[in-house]
Amino acid sequence: MMATTPENPVWTGANRPPLRLHVPQPPARPGEAPDFSAQAIPPVGETPRPDPDTPAAQMQGHAFGLVRVLDLDGTASGPWDPQVSPEVALAMLRAMALTRAFDDRMFRAQRQGKTSFYMKSLGEEAVSIAAAFALDDEDMLFPSYRQQGLLIARNHDLVDMMNQIYSNRADRMKGRQLPIMYSVKAKGFFSISGNLATQLPQAVGWAMASAARGDTRIAAAWLGEGSTAEGDFHSACTFASVYRAPVILNVVNNQWAISSFSGMAGGDETTFAARGLGYGIATLRVDGNDVLAVLAATRWAAERARGNHGPTMIEHVTYRTEGHSTSDDPSAYRSAGEAAAWPLGDPLLRLKDHLIKQGHWDEERHAAMEAELMEQVRTAQKASERHGILGHGLNQPLDTMFEGVFEHMPWHLAEQEAQMLAEWQAAGLPDIKREEPGA
Amino acid sequence: MTMIQAINDALDVTMQRDDTVTVMGEDVGFFGGVFRATAGLQAKYGTSRVFDTPISECGIIGVAIGMGAYGLRPVPEIQFADYIYPALDQLVSEAARLRYRSAGEFTAPITVRSPFGGGIFGGQTHSQSPEGIFTHCSGLKTVIPSTPYDAKGLLIASIEDNDPVLFFEPKRLYNGPFHGHYDRPAKGWAGHPDAQVPEGHYRVEIGKARVVREGSDLTILTYGTMVHVVASTLDELPDAPKADLIDLRSLIPLDIETIEASVKKTGRCLIVHEATRTSGFGAELSALVQERCFHHLEAPVQRVTGFDTPYPHALEWAYFPGPVRLAQAFKQIMKD
Ligand SMILES: Cc1ncc(C[n+]2csc(CCOP(=O)(O)OP(=O)(O)O)c2C)c(N)n1
Repeated sequence: MMATTPENPVWTGANRPPLRLHVPQPPARPGEAPDFSAQAIPPVGETPRPDPDTPAAQMQGHAFGLVRVLDLDGTASGPWDPQVSPEVALAMLRAMALTRAFDDRMFRAQRQGKTSFYMKSLGEEAVSIAAAFALDDEDMLFPSYRQQGLLIARNHDLVDMMNQIYSNRADRMKGRQLPIMYSVKAKGFFSISGNLATQLPQAVGWAMASAARGDTRIAAAWLGEGSTAEGDFHSACTFASVYRAPVILNVVNNQWAISSFSGMAGGDETTFAARGLGYGIATLRVDGNDVLAVLAATRWAAERARGNHGPTMIEHVTYRTEGHSTSDDPSAYRSAGEAAAWPLGDPLLRLKDHLIKQGHWDEERHAAMEAELMEQVRTAQKASERHGILGHGLNQPLDTMFEGVFEHMPWHLAEQEAQMLAEWQAAGLPDIKREEPGA
Repeated sequence: MTMIQAINDALDVTMQRDDTVTVMGEDVGFFGGVFRATAGLQAKYGTSRVFDTPISECGIIGVAIGMGAYGLRPVPEIQFADYIYPALDQLVSEAARLRYRSAGEFTAPITVRSPFGGGIFGGQTHSQSPEGIFTHCSGLKTVIPSTPYDAKGLLIASIEDNDPVLFFEPKRLYNGPFHGHYDRPAKGWAGHPDAQVPEGHYRVEIGKARVVREGSDLTILTYGTMVHVVASTLDELPDAPKADLIDLRSLIPLDIETIEASVKKTGRCLIVHEATRTSGFGAELSALVQERCFHHLEAPVQRVTGFDTPYPHALEWAYFPGPVRLAQAFKQIMKD
């Protein structure tokens, strides 16, 4: 044991019990049976739907409830039922299936050495898809790295996304970013940072600017439950609350942050939604695998923001079915059966079952749609690969490295650029020709 | 032993000897770290001494300072050095100055381990070399090993040091030395003389550079991955200069005597680092060399560095200082 010296005292006051450090542990580890008994899942209809202008102080229960619409048997009911048309529901189903097909294909592309890195959103597609359907196209999105579904739901060109993943000649980001770190201003999709939580205060700032200018657009941001531990999350909450910023702060609680379970971010002590309470932010906890519930909650939050009633924090309770990224092996830290045991099911299958039950869909059409989407992704992949893949080496003209550090290039960068080009030439290495946009 | 194993071993050895040594950080506990540097430690020493932390770099360092003030020796890990910036205030305003501002009443005996540097296609946020930011702030030590032997000895010395130490680990070297050619198979550490790591406790003194090889033409000052890139370039170039190759191992404190003696002997000095050039540590080295060795210099001091752009993903190998850039610099400095 540690020596008790004047410099290093271990105080043992008489009759006092020794203090103990509590380090939270997940309910199950590899080799153990999955255990989700701590997940309280109130029945559909139990969490009431207040008016979107309800003061945050009157909504404390919502931080601990769960907005749900779809029962696990596929029935939609309760005060949150957004009553969407079959067309909208089918469009969301399609967007989720397309996201899944895209992820699957790009994950395999990384495994085939075509690019350096990939991150899937398997199991949590509803979080992005429903939000994109609930918000207006003009609203600004500040995503983290697992919301590719937002771009897909906003009908962004898959080839453009893949070009970014391959860092190829047609990559609008000029090969500067890790794969999946998209930026699509035309679709209201803010440039993704690899640094966690940084986009939250930025989203609040965008929303504040919109309010200050008398604009009508609102902002939404996403981060994982693990990232709520970052200081930026808390700065964002303070500013959002103080200025009643028209912003939606989405916490995607997919249970894991790489190997750390949600308890490591404080999830054993309270809900993530409840973090909003202390800031005076209206909060909703929602079944993140229920696309109708996410849609309803996001619409509620958007209405609140548009009515100048302030920000909303939404916790999406979901599950990260796949590894954190292509660099991760989840079998090293979590129970093998966990994904299957997740009590809120699979968002895609739940909506599919619902639509089938309603008579708007059937297995044949579903299979045909999946085949069609697979083909769409394959075609996009071929088109993108014509512009090159990272796995085959450099696709960017060398001078793109120095472009855009500043608006105008200072002398030191011009000098370094010349040095690099000379160096490359001296070594007999070819430069890469720039591809005309749209080529 | 690989560098990762050496780091793991250093932690194990110090934890065994001193029960105040405490390992903390994102994913370091059950999982043993995303690079496996802390593998097995939690099972051996328990969750009060090896634990996962919330994803809050500023929290990790702030808490480590508090644990240090209690009397522990925290060894926090920042998962990638690119993510040290949220902790900047705690490091720079607090850890760095605690001893000074409290006239020694409180100290922050923490060792912040963090993988840094590029060469792994990590993009903008898994590739940076932020050491220069910290050497600019008085009160922090900055230590950078380049071999498994040094990694273990320097890490033990850092943990046993009573001042806050930033221990930057060149992640490109975790599994083997690196020659700088991205298109050639990389070798592992097996068989490398510096991968012979003694069992048990030993220290490599912080503030003593390592003369990797001796020569009379030129002094090369470098550290981290670049030690190997320079060495293999010198081996491969037919007309390579005969160089004193100095692995600084620690930037603060800096082994100025070894540097001065070498430059006075050779009359030429080339500084090599991966970090961006402007206001980088190379600028400090260059100023020191010209302040102290001006009358011995036969050529201007030169720098080979990363460029002053954010770290690019696809053009990583045009960015990364490698054999081609070094060969050009050798030619220039020997001609001057
Ligand atoms: C500031 C910062 N610290 C650490 C990391 C390394 N890192 C990348 S993702 C991740 C886990 C994030 O988990 P969570 O917020 O729950 O999001 P999820 O991946 O589950 O969607 C960590 C620790 C980082 N990218 N940025």
